[in-house]
Amino acid sequence: MGSTKLIDSLKQIYPNERLLTRPAQLIPYESDALTAYRCRPLAVVIPEDQDEVIDTVRLCDQLQVPFVARGSGTSLSGGSLPVDGGIVIALNRLDRILRLDPQERIAVVEAGVVNLAVSKAAMPYGLYFAPDPSSQPICTIGGNLAYNSGGAHCLKYGMTSNHILGIKAVLPDGEVVELGGESLEGVGPDLVGLYVGSEGLFGIALEITLRLLPKPEVFRTVLVAYDSLEAAGDAVARVVAAGLLPGAMEIMDRLAIDAAVAAVEANYPSGAAAVLIVELDGEANQVEEEFKRLMAVIDDSGAEEIRIAQDDADRQRIWKGRKSAFSAVGRLSSEFLVQDGVVPRSRLGEALAEIEKLSARYSLRVANVFHAGDGNLHPLILYGGGEAGRANEAGRVEEAGAFERAEELAGEILDMCIRFGGSITGEHGVGVEKLRHLPKMFTEVDMETFQMIRGAIDPNKLSNRGKMFLDEPQTPRRYSGPRPQERADSIL
Amino acid sequence: MKLAPTTIEELQERVREGGRLLPRGGGTKSALSSPNDGSDAVEVVGLSGLIEYEPSEFTFTALVGTRLSDIAPLLAENGQFLPFDPLFVERGATLGGSLAAGLSGPGRYHYGGLRDFILGVKYLNGAGEIVRAGGKVVKNAAGFDIPKLMVGSLGSLGVLVELTFKVLPRPEKTLTLRLACDDLEGALQIQFKLFPCPLDIDALDLEISPSEAVLWVRLAGYGGVLPKRLSRLRELVGGGEVFEAQDEERIWHGVREMKWVPDGWSLVKAPITPGRIETLEQGLERAFEEVEIRRRYSCGGQITWLAFPGSLEKMDDVLGEQSLPGLVVFGPPGKRRLGKASGASFYRRIKQALDPDQRFVEV
Repeated sequence: MGSTKLIDSLKQIYPNERLLTRPAQLIPYESDALTAYRCRPLAVVIPEDQDEVIDTVRLCDQLQVPFVARGSGTSLSGGSLPVDGGIVIALNRLDRILRLDPQERIAVVEAGVVNLAVSKAAMPYGLYFAPDPSSQPICTIGGNLAYNSGGAHCLKYGMTSNHILGIKAVLPDGEVVELGGESLEGVGPDLVGLYVGSEGLFGIALEITLRLLPKPEVFRTVLVAYDSLEAAGDAVARVVAAGLLPGAMEIMDRLAIDAAVAAVEANYPSGAAAVLIVELDGEANQVEEEFKRLMAVIDDSGAEEIRIAQDDADRQRIWKGRKSAFSAVGRLSSEFLVQDGVVPRSRLGEALAEIEKLSARYSLRVANVFHAGDGNLHPLILYGGGEAGRANEAGRVEEAGAFERAEELAGEILDMCIRFGGSITGEHGVGVEKLRHLPKMFTEVDMETFQMIRGAIDPNKLSNRGKMFLDEPQTPRRYSGPRPQERADSIL
Repeated sequence: MKLAPTTIEELQERVREGGRLLPRGGGTKSALSSPNDGSDAVEVVGLSGLIEYEPSEFTFTALVGTRLSDIAPLLAENGQFLPFDPLFVERGATLGGSLAAGLSGPGRYHYGGLRDFILGVKYLNGAGEIVRAGGKVVKNAAGFDIPKLMVGSLGSLGVLVELTFKVLPRPEKTLTLRLACDDLEGALQIQFKLFPCPLDIDALDLEISPSEAVLWVRLAGYGGVLPKRLSRLRELVGGGEVFEAQDEERIWHGVREMKWVPDGWSLVKAPITPGRIETLEQGLERAFEEVEIRRRYSCGGQITWLAFPGSLEKMDDVLGEQSLPGLVVFGPPGKRRLGKASGASFYRRIKQALDPDQRFVEV
């Protein structure tokens, strides 16, 4: 078909160095953080300004070529997996903070701006951008918006959606729209609210107006070790019952603790079955009072060990262990799947017990890291490399069928989340990974309604085709072997 | 006159009967709940009641017509609340009407608005089918965020049936500081000083009267430390008069119920940013030379409440000139939106998708 025509037309927009078509150039873009899937795009383009993005989208519409917008590729649900016969629009060079207005407490940024860069730019004014997914040193605002990213502070501060005020976007047919504005409030249906979390199916956000918050005056962070996960879960329930609203409440189990200790030398108590991290933030006097009440609860919770962060460096060390947990688990197993299902907080204990049973039944280790305050689980299902003790030197070869079993186990966890009245995803999105599970959470009419919205914005399903909806033509392919970057390195 | 439906089945039947429909809750917002352009009101107040409330989950689910005045005490019994200070509680506003109008009170300043607390909806589409979106847990990213889309939808996309909200622990105590400033500029300067300051301000409203500009600053938290926090605040802003207990409650009650708006006047909500307030004030002064207009800038200058007698035309012009959107809350039936409408073509696509047979009113 017209891939030559496509490439020729792209050459009209991009110089050679920003139009990638050779296999060695394309391989790094075949996957995102869900490395189990890969797909090689026809081309990758690297626009440097908004007009180039708009022109590219219009060209795709004209030639009916599917496209996938990509930031830093940190999606854990395959949200930026390329589409067969399509192109990838890599937005990292749209990384300008266009405006930062401390009086209005907003930042207007391009889609490729890195999450943490916003807070860094806002810091001199005593402001920051609240959403803090663990990947915040590299993930982009455009990706955060598309997948309504969460993080550790959602119970108190909400998800990405709660911090986006306005969006300028190019729709899949090339129309440029402006939604929302600079005010916290709007009139008429909340179109910004609908756009955020639409998983790239509504075209590409180019320019995003973010709400900035005043940086909390103080943080009090405490790390508590328990001899069982249940005890840690009970402590969370008691904190909530005491009427406290911590900025974050995180739990890690033994396997996750061991990985974090090994990977980043997190100074977590060794031998603990679970650690609970609780962080309070806000105005000094108020937080001191909250801290007293928190410690009364913690002291009475059967803790094995309590470590209170003495200064900011201490606090950073505690968080480093938590935020690097996913990559740390890579030390235990070269391949793993991460789920992010949600259960009602009161059923956390039950959910963890069930995951433990499943883990035994499938003979696959599962490490647990979760946002306990939100009931947002993150079971990491280890299936690769050394898991079955049959790894090759590179640690990449897995036991036959391990991936399939891991996926099946993941599916059972998601089924459990639905059964418990929760959700299949708290913050990673459906992507390609949970395609089969979304229709289990919703009825046929619900799904049709989602499809009608998709159809109204993108009737030809060009924008991020094959994500969220199972029936869109996209066959994500299972991947095993070296990671894309490693393959590219070996070719180069 | 038809009786109001009291079950989902009756409501479905009503929708299937045909016609163009305007879902109507407590009717507290006259401009939004009065049918016009040939539409019929569908009363939802008969669908009332709490369905699920598990305080430890920070969520509750209730039927669309449930009055806020019935919900608030239940939450309070468990030390919880909807932190955005829902409006018109005493007047009889319902959960559904508040969501469809997209209105938040002064508490929006600290914890976010209604849009930040809606987790899930169940609604009827034009065919009378039940559609569900969102969920019943505090965190959820599955499927399109239709619950947020419904905020401010004014009944244009379906008839809401059931809503799930997130709630938060209610602070033990509040205190309010009244700061009278000589003029608008002085008041705005203080606001700008407060925005980035490390004090956790719970609410920040600015009231404009002919003689002065008054800032209302609320603190919330543990009673034991509030005096210390108050003195820090007073030091920062230079004094002010303190209101506590019933005196304080009376003030915010008046704000939530819009008691400052004279009977028969129109009330318009106009989202704004603090930096644009002075320009709007100049525009209003020019246009409303002979007509009295009362203003209140709520939530740290993010929402303008405008009350005035007479027609809406002038206000439409002023907001249009300044590229600000407006929502008529009280006023003659007819025009519900004023000024600038952003995202109109995107809205048209959504409206066409969700209401292809034009069964519901326009926004």
